[in-house]
Amino acid sequence: MTTITTTAAPGGMRRRAASFLHRHAGVRLSLLLSAPLAWLGLAYLGALAALFVTAFWSADVFTGDVVKVFTWANFTDLVTGEVYRTITLRSLGVAAAVTLIDLVVAFPMAFAMAKLASPRAQRWLVIAVLTPLWASYLVKAYAWRVMLSADGLLGWGYGLTATVVTLSYLWLPYMILPIYAGLERLPNSLLDAAADLGARPWRTFRTVVWPLTFPAVVAGSIFTFSLSLGDYITVKIVGGKTQLIGNVVYDNIGAANNLPFAAAVATVPVVIMLIYLAAVRRTGALENL
Amino acid sequence: MRSPRPRLARPSLVLAAALALVAVAGCGGGSSTTAGGGPAAGPGGGAFTPPKIDALKSLGPGEGQVNLVAWAGYAEDGSNDPKVDWVHPFEKATGCKVNTKIAGTSDEMVNLMKTGEYDAVSASGDASLRLIASGAVAPVNTDLVPNYKDVFEGLKLKPWNSVNGVPYGIPHGRGANLLMWRTDTVNPAPDSWGVVFDPASPYKGKVTAYDSPIYIADAALYLMSAKPELGIKDPYALDEKQLQAAVDLLKQQKQIIGEYWSDYTKAVQSFKSGDTVVGTTWQVIANLVQADKAPVETTLPKEGSTGWSDTWMVAAHAKHPNCAYKWLDWIISPEVNAQVAEWFGEAPANAKACEKTSDKSFCDTYHATDEAYFSKVHYWTTPIAQCLDGRTDVKCTDYSEWTRAWTEIKG
Repeated sequence: MTTITTTAAPGGMRRRAASFLHRHAGVRLSLLLSAPLAWLGLAYLGALAALFVTAFWSADVFTGDVVKVFTWANFTDLVTGEVYRTITLRSLGVAAAVTLIDLVVAFPMAFAMAKLASPRAQRWLVIAVLTPLWASYLVKAYAWRVMLSADGLLGWGYGLTATVVTLSYLWLPYMILPIYAGLERLPNSLLDAAADLGARPWRTFRTVVWPLTFPAVVAGSIFTFSLSLGDYITVKIVGGKTQLIGNVVYDNIGAANNLPFAAAVATVPVVIMLIYLAAVRRTGALENL
Repeated sequence: MRSPRPRLARPSLVLAAALALVAVAGCGGGSSTTAGGGPAAGPGGGAFTPPKIDALKSLGPGEGQVNLVAWAGYAEDGSNDPKVDWVHPFEKATGCKVNTKIAGTSDEMVNLMKTGEYDAVSASGDASLRLIASGAVAPVNTDLVPNYKDVFEGLKLKPWNSVNGVPYGIPHGRGANLLMWRTDTVNPAPDSWGVVFDPASPYKGKVTAYDSPIYIADAALYLMSAKPELGIKDPYALDEKQLQAAVDLLKQQKQIIGEYWSDYTKAVQSFKSGDTVVGTTWQVIANLVQADKAPVETTLPKEGSTGWSDTWMVAAHAKHPNCAYKWLDWIISPEVNAQVAEWFGEAPANAKACEKTSDKSFCDTYHATDEAYFSKVHYWTTPIAQCLDGRTDVKCTDYSEWTRAWTEIKG
């Protein structure tokens, strides 16, 4: 730093700027945050806003052009159509089941990784958990298709169960990693203390481990829940004759070229996730993340 | 539309290609949603008057390049299989460099052509009419396409490639959706679509159907003969009542469906494993399943069938019209048309292509010269509000209604 301060004009400018920023924390913060906030605001929230606006337009059935005239028709269809309610409930059920299965599988695994394995084994286990993420989503889904086929390894056939199983497999790492990170932060001394005070394993889990790792579990569940809610490819591959919200969105864009209605349908998972996040916030889990 | 491309490719390649397609389309089904033939109405759509655009009068020197919008497998440059390449020979022969944009659906094709950046497109029937109506494509001067004279008469001046007797494109190839079954489980051999619509089917849970709103036309086609009192004349022109009948039939069919297919590798695999034993298919799928020694048989049922027919069209404001015309002539030249047809798995448009196929029985397998066969095929088209069968006293259901109906059928 001293070399910089001894140089003439540019260094002086830099120094003045540095001291100005040092005195004005607000300016410093806004400069730091402007780029990521612009990204969040324009690219992310902007896209969501565009989606929402499009949902109030309609599409010309012959040419497929979007007609930019305000209408409630898409939402009326969505709310009055019984089939969309059924599909929404089914998608919710799938997302919940996947989240639960992943939680049940991931927690013991993460616990073993964080608390039982040696540091060296820990590194390898993390790599092992991450490895499936390097393989293509489609390869994994098709692998399950082959396994579930009547003459395959499992032979369970296709359908809603197959979809839940496959999605649980696909999103498992997203549940393991946050829980693993959460458990790593949990000091071993707390477990020892609980044992010293006579708590059995189940009680230790219920009163010490679970409350302290709950925010991590919530973080994992947000991943598995939202990823399952938006999925439409796995269900196409192993879902047999079922369909989820994602398929309705896809069919309306890909087949019918009805972008406005697809946008209206796409707001459903967004709303569900907002409700989910609001519910999670109430538990206080987000503050502890 | 469908993209069953590598008839000759090895299974691993097929899978890789399918996965690539899946990735491009966002999903396997994506590539196969809206394909088409044309409305079976009177010659030339008739439901609309196209904008006045003149066809090219004479051919000049090539512009050095041409921008194409094509189905996967229609403009192969050897990148999928070094032996499958008719783009580089074209570039060498004409000096026109080919830039290909692969489109996954008819809707994508329409949108791409509307940008005005492309010179020619391999449109399916539904896309072709929309392109003509919106003024995106120009009529084609067939005198400038010498090979046009060898195209099967059954493909010329059809409702999906002409309006009021004015040709708007050059036929590329065609195919039918067939009924396929496994001979070891399905007995007796079916000759009617009734086998996939029978609620008391012994093959319950092992029946398949095509996962697209356009499949409603298959149900309508069956109803044409099964319930003549409905008065369905054209499976793509359904009024509210007729659509409801088709939807009811498909809802009933859902009870016996094992799975819907939209990506052809999925169909190949489930017929091979026996998860599916009977259902609608394409010739290319049947070939792949038979190549793997699975006992399947196909037929064109007595009710006829749905199918597709594609057309090469030239953009209204093409920047490279001369190269585009050269491409049109190239793609239907006997050798190249034979190559495309064999690679893609469809009947060629050029009669002389049949002598040039590497598999000498190819044209027989695909019924290329069999007009009686294709007269039973109702080419896919997008249903529109104006009834395509000429009725004016009712309003027909359009494709967006079909899409919602399809969502409802799948439930």
